[in-house]
Amino acid sequence: MIKILSRNIFRFLILVLFQVFVLSNLQFSGYINPFIYLIFILLLPFETPKWLLLVFGFALGISIDLFFSTPGIHASATVFMAFLRPFILDYFAPRDGYVQGTFPRVFYYGFAWFLKYSAILVFAHHFFLFYIEVFRFTDFFLTFGRVLFSWFFSVLFIVSSQYFVFRK
Amino acid sequence: MRNLIKLIIRYHFFLLFIAIEIIALTLVFGENDYQQAALINLGRDITGRLNQRITSWTEYLDLKSTNQNLAQENTSLKVALLKQELMRDETVVIPDSLFERKYFYRPARVVSQSVNRQRNFLMLNAGSKDGVEPEMAVISSEGVVGIIKGVSENFSTVISLINIDIRISSRLKSNDYFGSLNWDGLDYRYAILSEIPHHAEVLLGDTVLTSGFSAIFPYGLPIGTVEDYEIKGANFFDIKVKLFTDFKKLSHVYVLGSLLKEERTELESQIIYD
Repeated sequence: MIKILSRNIFRFLILVLFQVFVLSNLQFSGYINPFIYLIFILLLPFETPKWLLLVFGFALGISIDLFFSTPGIHASATVFMAFLRPFILDYFAPRDGYVQGTFPRVFYYGFAWFLKYSAILVFAHHFFLFYIEVFRFTDFFLTFGRVLFSWFFSVLFIVSSQYFVFRK
Repeated sequence: MRNLIKLIIRYHFFLLFIAIEIIALTLVFGENDYQQAALINLGRDITGRLNQRITSWTEYLDLKSTNQNLAQENTSLKVALLKQELMRDETVVIPDSLFERKYFYRPARVVSQSVNRQRNFLMLNAGSKDGVEPEMAVISSEGVVGIIKGVSENFSTVISLINIDIRISSRLKSNDYFGSLNWDGLDYRYAILSEIPHHAEVLLGDTVLTSGFSAIFPYGLPIGTVEDYEIKGANFFDIKVKLFTDFKKLSHVYVLGSLLKEERTELESQIIYD
């Protein structure tokens, strides 16, 4: 229990710092900015209480907001994603449910499962985030293009991190 | 009552979600909210220190080009000084309030910045301790950078020129037609100058300067050059401006405060209320 907790706190800090100081300084193009800090929410244990998910989502989002000086934008999007997580997990659950002691990772549930799970949640997050950020529908398709581009790269980063960083 | 509690317990997940989401969204949309100000201030002090540490490492990588820029600026300043010295020998100087110092400069370093969002901000390592106040202008040796938004003791945030909320009154150098410059949110190297009337002659490569109509920017600071233009509607041009400032490698900037700003805004407010 303590081990899981400390490991998650460490992951939280590393992801926020990596997102803020490394990833956001890489410029792929004006349209693409992957957000990999979502890995934290995606990898939380299955047994995490639902209310705690929301609290974590808010804490994670607001830490990113502090660095980007965009109060509330990342927080609201991440909370939205954390809210959807239990429903998505239920929807993609294997026939016998999730096995005790396993985590939502490629290692336990396979590539296809993880791709579906992360793609849907990350899309929900990005959609919410980008439309809240511009807060207008005048350039609907331009914004939608940015959502799709960033979504693709975020999912690419997150899924490949399963093979290179979070192997087990 | 018991039923209500039961209901709350049953739907606690959804209700908590709504509550947290409301908190987050008030932070997003409450422009002058106390919480927002408090949050930004807290963030500015914590992240400012961290950013400064990291910038002090990454700065080594840009030393060469930064040096080049500063050397270039030095030379041009020396030339200007020399010209003035020469003039002083030949001419009699009559003190004139017109040439009194109207602005003061304060050098600052950029400790964090972004170019890939719709609302981009910079953070500088100069704050209220250094005399920086909101609504001061920020320029670099190349051109206009932005406007100071918030100030804490040691740091300040700047609304960048590449922020979809900013509008800067600017004019074309060759013919003095003025319009308003803003960023369209696409490419950090270009901005759009609109409201230039249709009958104006627009030249490709013409310089775009600040108009000096606002109390923030003085007249004639360079912004960029005309890259392309098209007719928008029946009466106006939309001019694509290539910005002089390269926001990807900005490190040294100047905060520019107007010494006559109070006098000016006071006079302007009289016009409105009379």
